Amino acid sequence: MKKAILQIENLTTSFRIQSKYHAAVDDVSFTVNENEIVAVVGESGCGKSALALSIMQLHNKQRTKSEGTIHYKGQNLLTLNDTQMNKVRGKELGMIFQEPLTALNPLMTIGKQIEENLDYHTELSRDEKKSRTIELLTQVGIPYPERTYKQYPHELSGGMRQRAMISIAIACNPALVIADEPTTALDVTIQAQILDLLKDIQSKTKMGIILITHDLSVVAEVADRIVVMYAGQVVETGSVKEIFNNPLHPYTRSLLNSIPSATNEKNRLHVIEGIVPSIAKMDRKGCRFQDRIPWIPKQAHEESPHLHEVGQDHFVRCTCYKEFYFQDEGDASTHDITQSR
Amino acid sequence: MTLLKVDNLKVHFPIRGGFFRRVVDHVKAVDGVSFELQQGETYGLVGESGSGKSTTGKAVVKLNNVTSGQILFEGRDLAALSRKEIKPFRKDIQMIFQDPYSSLNPKKRVLDIIAEPLRNFERLSPAEEKKIVQDFLDKVGLSPESIHKYPHEFSGGQRQRIGIARSLTLKPKLIIADEPVSALDVSVQAQVLNFLQDLQQEFNLTYLFVGHDLGVIRHMCDRMGVMYRGRLVEEGNSDEIYDNPQHIYTKRLIAAIPDLEPEVREEKVQLRKKLSAEYESSYSTFFDENGRAYDLKPISSTHRVALQ
Repeated sequence: MKKAILQIENLTTSFRIQSKYHAAVDDVSFTVNENEIVAVVGESGCGKSALALSIMQLHNKQRTKSEGTIHYKGQNLLTLNDTQMNKVRGKELGMIFQEPLTALNPLMTIGKQIEENLDYHTELSRDEKKSRTIELLTQVGIPYPERTYKQYPHELSGGMRQRAMISIAIACNPALVIADEPTTALDVTIQAQILDLLKDIQSKTKMGIILITHDLSVVAEVADRIVVMYAGQVVETGSVKEIFNNPLHPYTRSLLNSIPSATNEKNRLHVIEGIVPSIAKMDRKGCRFQDRIPWIPKQAHEESPHLHEVGQDHFVRCTCYKEFYFQDEGDASTHDITQSR
Repeated sequence: MTLLKVDNLKVHFPIRGGFFRRVVDHVKAVDGVSFELQQGETYGLVGESGSGKSTTGKAVVKLNNVTSGQILFEGRDLAALSRKEIKPFRKDIQMIFQDPYSSLNPKKRVLDIIAEPLRNFERLSPAEEKKIVQDFLDKVGLSPESIHKYPHEFSGGQRQRIGIARSLTLKPKLIIADEPVSALDVSVQAQVLNFLQDLQQEFNLTYLFVGHDLGVIRHMCDRMGVMYRGRLVEEGNSDEIYDNPQHIYTKRLIAAIPDLEPEVREEKVQLRKKLSAEYESSYSTFFDENGRAYDLKPISSTHRVALQ
């Protein structure tokens, strides 16, 4: 039996826009187990990062409200006050941000930034802190940890900066790390190194990881389970094998079809019509994806779509997946990505 | 027909230091690169950041000074021309930039952004100009009313299309696309890539496509060159390079592409470890004592590799 680290139940995060609250994360539930990587996937504007910030409670409290529960070690994170949350954040839950150059402080050395975390959460002496920091830098594969300790972020390359970020996130041996697009700003070669590094650290510490990304190939490479988000809602979840072999929701299938793969033939890529609706203008009744697949008859959608269990641990929202086909289905070459699986 | 021939191109940037900020050394961003583009084809330049691929692209439009070498465009050497002499050629070579957020002037309307190249080269009445701009907006799939809007009113994909419309107004022969989709989401990326292919057919364009995403490059390009530390290490048809990479760096680059099949995950990790070890052990077969890649040697009629 796997041990659950974090259980999110019916989490709804709303932002205030002109005195009205609009939900950016809408009734999201999932669990992260020990030694597991859960990937949250979707286009920009689907609420992935809003979800991450809700878990860490980094949203501006005056303009945001979060409802539901986030269970961590028997407590609901949403009911904690700032002082209590500060003890959890950084110590029990680590976070890796997307753009290491903007997330790191340009005026502080790398070593000091890692020690800042240790300062707050541990009682180590100065020498102990320094040796722990060097140890962390070594662990994330930085070649000259003593030198890097004294360097500033601008002196490091993108990959090295991201490694430094990771070492801040794991400084206090957190039970869970949230990685918000950790490799989006990096090259393929460096991306592969960072992903291998995350898996490597995980195998030693057994931590859980929430990986937020829009790149499905990254997901295929490292994740154990996938949560596909669209317009704030979870539209499909399941194990990686299940989702890649048998994607059901039209959104998941469209995303998979729009990736130019290095292995498939040159053909036209699938384009998803329209854009992600903005949270203020979105029609919250009915299937939120229906406007982007207008060729599917309205009757195919549920009136108030909910998640259906379609296989072991595999859930899909709405019934429209049963009747979904790609509009350009006549042209066989465009959808062989899903068919060949 | 050869449209562009780059021959032994070098771009060195001076490093200044010491007393009086004298030139103490050079960064050899591009160090002897040669390739050819045929009319109507798409040529890809791949490599990691810092490999000199963007610098090569920019040198072709002379946004960078060329240290030495030739850039033959339809037989004329652009590298030897002065600023004034090169002006007529600027019409034929246009550039699409990486970041659609910073490459459009936020204070200009779409009409002024797209018409700017036209205003530089042609004398048109405002009505004619507007008509041309609207035609191109229509081609790139934006509504004609957008001419009075500002860049911030558009999404990333739409902005990139404004950038593309701007590069097309002068009917160029060669377009240099410097990572045109790396700032975009997958779904928007698919849109822009399809659209670049349509335009290529319609206007018989030649693309020099610079990028680091090998999936995108394979999807778009007929031939490609792999760059590493300012040198080309392998060149050939895209299929040859993907299916039969010869240089250790190309192998590593291809092994780094994430695979869409979760089943092969472990093998990939092992393969990357193996290649990393091979890179260390066989370093001297691929690089000389200064860490410089050797010159390209043909191994088939189309495939060239930098070997000793």
